[in-house]
Amino acid sequence: MQIPAVRERLQNIDFIDLILWIFRAVIILLVVWGTIAAIIDNPYSTSQWINFIVFGIAQGSMYALIAIGYTLVYGVLFMINFAHGEFFMSGILTATVFLAGPMAASGFMERQPVISLLIILIVSMLVSIAVALVTERVAYRPLRKAPRLVPLITAIGASFFWQYFFRGLYGSQSIPFPQIQALQGSFSLLGTQILKTQVLVVVVTIIVLIGLNFFIMRTKTGKAIRAVAEDKDVAALMGIDVDRTIAITFATGASMAGVAAVLYAVVFRQVQFFMGFIPGIKAFTAAVLGGIGSVPGAAVGGLFLGMFESVGPALFLQGLGIPAAHQLKDVIAFTMLVLVLIFRPQGIVGERLGEKKA
Amino acid sequence: MFDDDRFNLRRPINHGLIAGVIALSVSAIGMVDLFAQRQLITGVLTLGQLILFLAMAILGFMVASKSPRGKAWTGLIYGLITGLVAAVPPALLVLLAQVFNVRQFLVNVSPGLIRLLTFDRDIPQGLVLLFAISGVVGLAGAGLQLLPASFRRPILNGLAWTLVIGLLSEILSQRLRTFFGSEITGLIFQGRALGLSAALILFFLITAIAGVWQRRGDSVKSRYAQMNPGQRRRIGFGAMVLGILVLVILPNLLGTYLSEVMNNVLIFALMGLGLNIVVGFAGLLDLGYVAFFAIGAYMMGLLTSQGGLGVAGISFWAALPLCVAVSVLAGIMLGIPVLRMRGDYLAIVTLGFGEIIRILALSDLLKPVIGGAQGVLQIPKPQVFGISLIKPELLYYVVLAGILLAVFISYRLSEARIGRQWMAVREDEDVAEAMGIPLVNTKLLAFAIGAAFAGMAGAIFASKLTSIFPHSFNLLISINVLSLIIVGGMGSLPGVIVGALVLVGLPELLREFAEYRYLMYGVLLIVMMLARPEGFWPSAARRRELHIHEEEAPPEHPETAAAPASD
Repeated sequence: MQIPAVRERLQNIDFIDLILWIFRAVIILLVVWGTIAAIIDNPYSTSQWINFIVFGIAQGSMYALIAIGYTLVYGVLFMINFAHGEFFMSGILTATVFLAGPMAASGFMERQPVISLLIILIVSMLVSIAVALVTERVAYRPLRKAPRLVPLITAIGASFFWQYFFRGLYGSQSIPFPQIQALQGSFSLLGTQILKTQVLVVVVTIIVLIGLNFFIMRTKTGKAIRAVAEDKDVAALMGIDVDRTIAITFATGASMAGVAAVLYAVVFRQVQFFMGFIPGIKAFTAAVLGGIGSVPGAAVGGLFLGMFESVGPALFLQGLGIPAAHQLKDVIAFTMLVLVLIFRPQGIVGERLGEKKA
Repeated sequence: MFDDDRFNLRRPINHGLIAGVIALSVSAIGMVDLFAQRQLITGVLTLGQLILFLAMAILGFMVASKSPRGKAWTGLIYGLITGLVAAVPPALLVLLAQVFNVRQFLVNVSPGLIRLLTFDRDIPQGLVLLFAISGVVGLAGAGLQLLPASFRRPILNGLAWTLVIGLLSEILSQRLRTFFGSEITGLIFQGRALGLSAALILFFLITAIAGVWQRRGDSVKSRYAQMNPGQRRRIGFGAMVLGILVLVILPNLLGTYLSEVMNNVLIFALMGLGLNIVVGFAGLLDLGYVAFFAIGAYMMGLLTSQGGLGVAGISFWAALPLCVAVSVLAGIMLGIPVLRMRGDYLAIVTLGFGEIIRILALSDLLKPVIGGAQGVLQIPKPQVFGISLIKPELLYYVVLAGILLAVFISYRLSEARIGRQWMAVREDEDVAEAMGIPLVNTKLLAFAIGAAFAGMAGAIFASKLTSIFPHSFNLLISINVLSLIIVGGMGSLPGVIVGALVLVGLPELLREFAEYRYLMYGVLLIVMMLARPEGFWPSAARRRELHIHEEEAPPEHPETAAAPASD
C-alpha cells in the first residue's frame, strides 16, 4: 500500500470508524483470550475435539446445501429470499408425514432402506420445489421492479405464511423421523468413532455439489442462469426466457434445500413446522460468509460456519469461563452473521459483488 | 390482464382452480372448521363459511373484469364457471375422506370439516349443494364487478361493515346489554350473532349512507376547503376536544376485559410508533426491534421488582425515564455498527441482534442477573397518589399518556427538519448525503427515538404483567409490529393506530384468530405489498407521491387496479 493512501486513510478516520475498530479489537481479544485459556485448560481429549470437528463438517454440509439456495437467488435477483428456510422445512415435513411414517410402520423402510430414502428424497425435493415456485410466482415475480425492501417484506410474509400453513396441515407437535437400522452405529477411524449418518451427510453433499456444479457450468440451463445473473436485459435479448430461468433458479435452490432437509431428518430424527427458520438464517450467514452470489463460496461458508459453531463453544466460550457454553451456539452463529455483514460483506471468497450489486 | 374479445374458457377455469386450491387449503389447515364456531348471522352464515367462499367471490370478481368488454352475460358466465370449478378441490377432499382416513396425515381434516363441506347432508346431496352455492358465490362476485362503480363501492362497504359487526357481535351485544338492557340488544343480536333481519337492515343502511357519501362527500369536502382558516381551526379544535373526551371516557364504555385488550393494543401501537420512525420515516428495516422492548421491560423489572432480582426497588415513575434512557443508549449502540449498511442486510443484522439478545436472556450466563428462563417476578404496578393501578381501566391512562406523548413527538418530528431529513434518507441515501444531510446523526437519531418508544412500551408492559420472561420477547413481536405498520401505512401515524387495532385487537378478541395469527400476517404482508403498498391509511406525503406517479405513468401493476378498493 502506498504512503499517501495510508495518510489519507488516517485523516479520514472518524468517530464511527474508531468505534468499529474498538468493537473488532474487543471481539478478537475475547476469542484469542478464550482460545488460549481453553488450550491451557484443555478440558477435552483429542478424540473429543475430532468429534467436534466431524460434527461441524456434517452440520456445515447441510448449511452449505441450504446456502446455495440463498446464493443462487441473490445472484439473479439481488434479494434475500427470507422464505428459503421454509422451502427446506416443507419438503421433509411432507415426506415424513406421508411417506416415512407409513413406510416405517409397514416395515418397508427396514427391508429397503436405500429405496425408501431415495423416494423420501425425491418427494422432499419435489415438494420444496413446488413451494418455491408458488412463492416465486405469487410473492416475488410481480414485485421484481419494486424498491428492494418490498420483496424482502413479502419474503418475510411468505416465510411466516408457510410456517403456519404447514403447522395447520400437520399439527404443531414435532414428528419423529423413523430410525434406519442400516445407518446406526459408527465407523472407527484413526481411533475415533465417526457416526455413519455423518459420513452419509458428507458423501451426499459432495455428490450433490458436484452435480450442481455440472448443472450450472455445463448445461444450457445453467448457462442461462449465469447469463441472467450477469445481466437480465442482455440475457433477454439473447433469447433467454428470463422469467423461466429465474423460476428454475428458485427450483434449483429449493431442491438443494430438499436434499439438506432429508439429511437433517436422518441426523436429528425430528421434523417440525418451525425447523426451517434457524437453519435458514444460519445458512444465509454461511452464504454471506462465503460471498453471496458465489456457489463455491456458499459451500466454503457452510463448512466454515458449521465448524465454527461446533468447535466454538468448547474452544473460546468455555475458556472465558461462561457456564453452559453450548447454549450460546446460536449466539456464535448470529455474531458471525453480524460481524461478517458489518466488516466484510463481500465474504471470504467474495469476488464478484460490485458496488452495483451490494 | 387485458380484455380479450373472444370467449375464452381457460380463464375462468384457471381462476376457479386458484379459488378451489385456496378453499381446499383453508379447509385442510383447519380454518374452516375452527371458524365455523363463530356465527356472523345467526343460522345463516358462520365465519367458517365466509372464509371458505371468500376466495370464490374474490376470484369471480376478478375474472369478470377480464371478460370481453361490453358483454355482461359472458362476465356472469365466467363467474359461474369460476365458482363451479372452485368447488372441485373441496369436493375431492370430501370424496377422499369417504374412502380412507385422511386425518392420519392431515390432522385438521376432521369429520366435522366434512360435515361442514357437505352442509350436514348425505354425500351426493351435500356435494350438489356445495357446487350450487359455489356457483352462486362466483356469480355474485362477477355480478358485483359488472355493476357500475357508483353502486359497487357502497355495496362493498355495506357488506364489509355488516360482516365486521357480525364478527364482533359477541362483544358488541354484551356491551349493548350493559348500557341499554337486553330488550334493545335482542332486537339486533340473536343468540351469539346478528339476527337475519337486523343484518339486512344494517346492510341497507350502511350501503345507503355510503352511497350518499359518495355522491355528496366531495361537496362537503370542498365546502370545508373553502372555509377561512379561523373557521377551519375551530372545527379542528372541536374535533380534537371531542376525540380527547372519547379517549378519556373510553375505559368506562369498554369495561374491564376490553380495557385490557385496549391496553395491549396501545402497547403495540406505541412500539409501532417507534418502528414507524425507524422504518416508515427513515426507511431502515429493523427486524430486531423487539430487543429494545425487551431492554425496557427488563430494566423496569430489575429496577422496581420486589423479588430477589430487584436491584433498586424504586417506583414505576422513577424507573420509567431510566428505562427509556437505557433503551436509547442501546439503540445508539446497536445503531452505530449498522450505519453503513443498506436495506436488506440491515434487516438481517438487526434480526441477528434481536436473536442474540433473546438467547443471552435465556442463557445461564446472565441467569444470576436477569433470571434466565424463570424471568423477573414481583414487579409492582404503577402507583398514582398511593393508589396502585391494578385495574386495566386505570392502567389504560398510563398507556394512553405514553401513546399521546409518542404521537405528539412523532407528529412534530415528521414535520420538522429532521423528519424531512429522514424521508430524504429513505428515498435515496446518496442524494441525501450530497444535499448535506449528516447521515450518521440522522440515522442514529431515528434508531434512538425508535428505541425510546419501544423501551417505554416495554417498561409499561413489564409493570402491566408484573412478571417478564425471555419467551415474551421473540422475533414474532418484531414481525407483529412490522405487520401493523405496513398494514396501516408506513410513515402514517393514524395508520399505526388502525393497524394495531386490527392486527392486535382482533386476535385478542377472537380466540380463533389467535390460532392463525401469523398465517394471516404473512398473507397480509404479501397482499399489502402487491395490492396496496402504501397501506390502508397512507400518510399524506405517500399518497401524494403515488398520485404523482399515477399522473405521470399508468400503473405498473395491474393488480392494483384489479384489487377491490376497501376504503
